[in-house]
Amino acid sequence: MSTKQFLFSGFGGQGILFAGKFIAYKGLIEEKQVSWLPSYGPEMRGGTASCSVIVSDDPVGSPIVTYPDVLVAMNLPSLDRFEEKVAPGGMIFLDSSLIERDVVRKDVKVFPIPATKLAGENGFPTLANMIIVGKILKELGEYNDEGLKAALAKVISAKHADMMEVNRKAIDLGASL
Amino acid sequence: MADKVLMKGNEAIAEAAIKAGCRHYFGYPITPQTEVAAYMAKRMPKIGGTFLQAESEIAAINMVYGVASAGLRVMTSSSSPGISLKGEGISYLAGADLPALVVNVQRGGPGLGGIQPSQSDYFQSTRGGGHGDYHMIVLAPSSVQEMAALTVKGFELADKYRMTAMVLADGTMGQMMEPVSLDFEVTPPPEKPWATTGTEMKRKHNIVNSLSLVPEELEKLNIARFERYELVKQNETMYEEYMMDDAEIAIAAFGIAARVSKNAVNEARKMGIKAGLIRPITLWPFPDAPFKKAATHVKEIISVELNMGQMIEDVRLASECKVKVSLCNRVGGMIPSPEQVLDAIVKASK
Amino acid sequence: MIVYDKPHALLDVPLHYCPGCLHGVVHKLVAEVIDELGIEGKTIGIAPVGCSVMAYDYFACDMIEAAHGRAPAVATGVKRADPSKVVFTYQGDGDLASIGMAETVHAAARNENITVIFINNAIYGMTGGQMAPTSLVGQVTQTSPYGRDPKLCGYPIRVCELLSELEGPEYLERVTVNSIPHIRAAKKAIKKAFMNQIEGKGFSLIEVVSSCPTNWGMTPQNALKWIEEKMLPYYPLGVYKDRSNGEVK
Repeated sequence: MSTKQFLFSGFGGQGILFAGKFIAYKGLIEEKQVSWLPSYGPEMRGGTASCSVIVSDDPVGSPIVTYPDVLVAMNLPSLDRFEEKVAPGGMIFLDSSLIERDVVRKDVKVFPIPATKLAGENGFPTLANMIIVGKILKELGEYNDEGLKAALAKVISAKHADMMEVNRKAIDLGASL
Repeated sequence: MADKVLMKGNEAIAEAAIKAGCRHYFGYPITPQTEVAAYMAKRMPKIGGTFLQAESEIAAINMVYGVASAGLRVMTSSSSPGISLKGEGISYLAGADLPALVVNVQRGGPGLGGIQPSQSDYFQSTRGGGHGDYHMIVLAPSSVQEMAALTVKGFELADKYRMTAMVLADGTMGQMMEPVSLDFEVTPPPEKPWATTGTEMKRKHNIVNSLSLVPEELEKLNIARFERYELVKQNETMYEEYMMDDAEIAIAAFGIAARVSKNAVNEARKMGIKAGLIRPITLWPFPDAPFKKAATHVKEIISVELNMGQMIEDVRLASECKVKVSLCNRVGGMIPSPEQVLDAIVKASK
Repeated sequence: MIVYDKPHALLDVPLHYCPGCLHGVVHKLVAEVIDELGIEGKTIGIAPVGCSVMAYDYFACDMIEAAHGRAPAVATGVKRADPSKVVFTYQGDGDLASIGMAETVHAAARNENITVIFINNAIYGMTGGQMAPTSLVGQVTQTSPYGRDPKLCGYPIRVCELLSELEGPEYLERVTVNSIPHIRAAKKAIKKAFMNQIEGKGFSLIEVVSSCPTNWGMTPQNALKWIEEKMLPYYPLGVYKDRSNGEVK
């Protein structure tokens, strides 16, 4: 892959920025050029959240992702807003436990994942985001033990080291789907 | 890339300032630059430095004035409305010839405006910002790495020329994360015999002051200051040229606008249009030379800005009105897309 | 029979405040008072910079958005332009007691005939939880990550006590809104503050001890408890000045 543009979107609190950060760190560890740009607003809780992530072999130009190769939509407003923007041939990963409608576009690959439901059933209700991350890595052929471990160690601070294992579980669950 | 870490632009500024020897930071919360203060609040106590949340931006810049008078490297940071409040203090820093670093992570204005990225403080910063005849050295980073590097550079230049240096960023630069290496060679501060550090009964007292009531003397001070500014122009002007050698269309853009424009230039080249980019890194002093040169071989210069057209005036002056200069912009917190810039390039090429 | 109706002075729009935030409660009390006094048509409100910056979208009366901390100065201008109008400011702790302390003190000293509603929740909310001038000693915030240390940044400011030393102000009272009885008492105080202005008595400030579950990192219920257990011992409720009674606490 020369350049992959990701757009992560959903409600604040769903771990949208964290998921993006993980993908960026994984790229950095694998010696790619990366950028991560969050949306930011006046609301602290609720509201929408999104972030642009670019992973590339070349220096990153504009860090703003307008036409993503990979869209993650974790709620309906995000899918409504960004579906039409996905690059032709791109991928849409959506949380099918929260989004009831189907994707209209025919020129993209769609991966519906009941992530919130699965996360709840497996005892890590806040990690729906990482289930989707696992699925993305698998579909992109980027699922590898070494990179995963190193990226998790980067995004999870030492203070929360106990979260490492459960994040890994969520990623593995996503990759197994 | 083991030595590189992912950092937000705001955090990179803070850590670079510490690397540059800054141990005093004063600020006031304002989006989108608050991470600078938050980072300093965590780090400074651990390295014997001072982080103080001032009661206002006005107080913060005057605290900066105090530390600068004592001869130490010092900084404050804010975003557009807060920089207006600091304007008075910045003018006093200039009048007293004090070195300091001010960071402006711009947001849309005027007034309270919005909190999304903007470049609409170009005039304010390149013309001085406060009252009186003076300049700041204005540095415009266009990557997180440059946020760090130009912060270090800003401290060095401020000390070298006894001026305020400003890092003029925007909300995107402040909020985005990119890999950064913080391995800098830092020029230590020079001797500051003028600093008010106490005479210890060994020398005549030093006075840090911007008051000068005799017109003949104030005139001399102003002229001397501008002679120093001439040296800054000669020695410190910085810019980047990208695919300019054979360019027929030139883009002028700084900061985030330059990143977007680089994409557009690449796309134009794929279409067979000879486009190039001139990216001023110092906005004051403005890099006249590449524009003067470009005016001899390009058809048009397109100034891409996140404002209603501010740098375009300097582009026109630098190219001596020998070539058409047009504007491609978005405002109010909006950012031009590469497609919009490409459209402008295509239009200009016809 | 109508048991409850939304006050007319509060517009029927969604508020942007976080779940569990008490701004909504105080907005409603102010709106109810405006309704009961029948003054909506001649009231002008001044919004601050901070979480309640968008209060101008929520009140049905005329509203002005001021620069950070300058609401009392703006209110002074509005009131002096037409003293028959009712003018109130609605400000948070950063706005009123940090960047705007000078404006607050001088409006009080002039006994400016305005009403000030002051929300003290010991934090900067909108910018994401920095130390406020009223943050308690030891309180962990984004800019006091090791807890507020008085040796570094001094002690939290008790605004009512501070202003009560001034000859100027007419009425100063501290209330809270963490329980139904407290909400009732708060409304009474806010009503008095508006009445004072209508009667030409001068500067009234009601300090409302409030919460910020988001930036305190607590559930809304625990935040209400924290008000009771941590805030009120340092910020005791009561009337700090009432010139018409000659009362100074």
